[in-house]
Amino acid sequence: MNVHIGSPKDFVAGLLFLFFGGGAAWVARDYPMGSALRMGPGYFPLILGVLLALLGIAICIRGLAVRGEPIEPMRLRPLLLILGAVGLFAAGIEIAGIVVLTVVAVIVAAAASTESRPGEVVLLLVVLLALSVGVFTYALGLPFKLMPVLPFTLAPG
Amino acid sequence: MELLANLELGFSVALTFQNLLYCFAGVLLGTLIGVLPGIGPVATIAMLLPATFGLPSESALIMLAGIYYGAQYGGSTTAILVNLPGESSSVVTCLDGYAMARQGRAGVALAIAALGSFFAGTVATIVLAVAAPPLAELALKFGPAEYFSLMVLGLIAAVVLARGSLLKALGMILLGLLFGLVGADVNTGQFRYTFGLPNLGDGLHFVVVAMGIYGFGHIIANLEKPADRKTGIAPIGSLFPTKTDLKAACPAVLRGTALGSALGILPGGGALLASFAAYSLEKKIAKDPSRFGKGAIEGVAAPESANNAGAQTSFIPVLTLGLPTNPVMALMVGAMMIHNIAPGPQVMTERPGLFWGMVASMWVGNLFLVVLNLPLIGMWVKLLSVPYRLLYPAILLFCCIGVYSVNNSAIDVGLALLFGFLGYLFIKLDCEPAPLLIALVLGPMMEENLRRAMTLSRGDPSVFVTRPLSLALLIVAAALLVMVVLPVVRKKREEAFQE
Repeated sequence: MNVHIGSPKDFVAGLLFLFFGGGAAWVARDYPMGSALRMGPGYFPLILGVLLALLGIAICIRGLAVRGEPIEPMRLRPLLLILGAVGLFAAGIEIAGIVVLTVVAVIVAAAASTESRPGEVVLLLVVLLALSVGVFTYALGLPFKLMPVLPFTLAPG
Repeated sequence: MELLANLELGFSVALTFQNLLYCFAGVLLGTLIGVLPGIGPVATIAMLLPATFGLPSESALIMLAGIYYGAQYGGSTTAILVNLPGESSSVVTCLDGYAMARQGRAGVALAIAALGSFFAGTVATIVLAVAAPPLAELALKFGPAEYFSLMVLGLIAAVVLARGSLLKALGMILLGLLFGLVGADVNTGQFRYTFGLPNLGDGLHFVVVAMGIYGFGHIIANLEKPADRKTGIAPIGSLFPTKTDLKAACPAVLRGTALGSALGILPGGGALLASFAAYSLEKKIAKDPSRFGKGAIEGVAAPESANNAGAQTSFIPVLTLGLPTNPVMALMVGAMMIHNIAPGPQVMTERPGLFWGMVASMWVGNLFLVVLNLPLIGMWVKLLSVPYRLLYPAILLFCCIGVYSVNNSAIDVGLALLFGFLGYLFIKLDCEPAPLLIALVLGPMMEENLRRAMTLSRGDPSVFVTRPLSLALLIVAAALLVMVVLPVVRKKREEAFQE
């Protein structure tokens, strides 16, 4: 049962396209199709989805047939920590404020590299805090809260 | 003499104190990110876009444009001094630029790169000023069918000129078009692919996608690679080229400028393609091709002139047809829409100050850049010693802040995270993301024009081949596709991207 995949990169890319194309076409069934004269919201997405799915299948088959480079192994540490830093920023920014989130995001992000050194990260933090508070919050006027919003300070309004 | 009057209007806009300031800020920032490897103009423009919401549209666009062509100057500094491409369009400059640096001639390479870029920038500004009005006039005759065919041509060209597999590039286009459809349908208000998120009603913001793919995705991929062991920064030495240098470099600059200006206009073209093509051309016509890679000055002069020319002429299709030809231009289209300017031929007639102001600012910006890059080169060299491990947390933070500030929405940051993961997968799977970003911006326009064309023709799809202009555009698109499948051209295309 050992199927040999000649070009794993192509094969997986094909699967990815098949997934998105198939998914898009599947979801588009629920949208009114309309006619060529008056295209409904489902017309163009369905065409695109089907085309992408077919193309995905073609790329998969080609990936089985031709020879290509293997996919380099994924390294989990940078992947998870970088996405984690972004995720924490998204989850926390409206509650914990820009100061806390700058610290959290930078420390988590710095942990993603084996090269990072604690002393340098502290220095970097000082600079970035100055920028995110001074430039982005005050000078550019982005609507960040500086400090965490505690439940009891929410009371008025 | 209309041209002179137009340029006069342009300079009157570009030379106001405020616009000079933003032009300078743009090219300064462009040089900075050009020098720093690991961050490019796409991520930077996406990051800064929200900060330009409050500016007058002229100032905003002048600054954003400055980032793009400024990056072409900065990129050469890193390529020549440390053998790393600061920008992807400077990849080929590493070959001969660093070889020259090792011979103690880094200063000469830098000077030729900067002066060649300045010459190219000046010529490209004139090309833009001369070529844009007739193109815009032609575009005013376009109906929905012509626009649809034009976009098909633009997308096909993006596929043809993308690196790597054609089929995968085609897939990235379709995927980008689909992502472009997310949100409320313009005609019926039907929500599509919003998955219950009210944020997605207005569509996937291209800043979110660009930042995810080019910001977060690239950081992850960069960290996977072993850290660059920098070989040390080469000493600069004298900046003054000798007579022999000039004799060899001048024709190369001319050829690079011509080739770059032409390739910049083509859909899918721009700085990157221009530099690769110019390098292969120099190598092909040289009497002794074996000198290349060992410090041939033409190998620096031609691609550096070409990438700057290409960066500037790639504004032509955006400003006249509303057609973005590379990811940076896709962002410029988005920036124009944010400032309530519909990109297309009417920009020139309705907002002449904006159009000619941008053109004039490019020449002014190039002047700034020569000063920034030659006498002040020492400053940029210091920047080169900043290691990536200090840069990427800052890039990540700025990207987060930038995405958040588009709509003041934390959900957008979450969406950018998903695109970061997707962007990482694309890199792993050798799927070039540029076509996706172009298609994302074109998606809604393409659907709109398709619908209108079909309604006007009473549902008859033959309208695309019976209207002569539309037919001509489709024939060119088909010819491009056929050409690229032919084995001869295919081999050439692979060669051009190898080096």
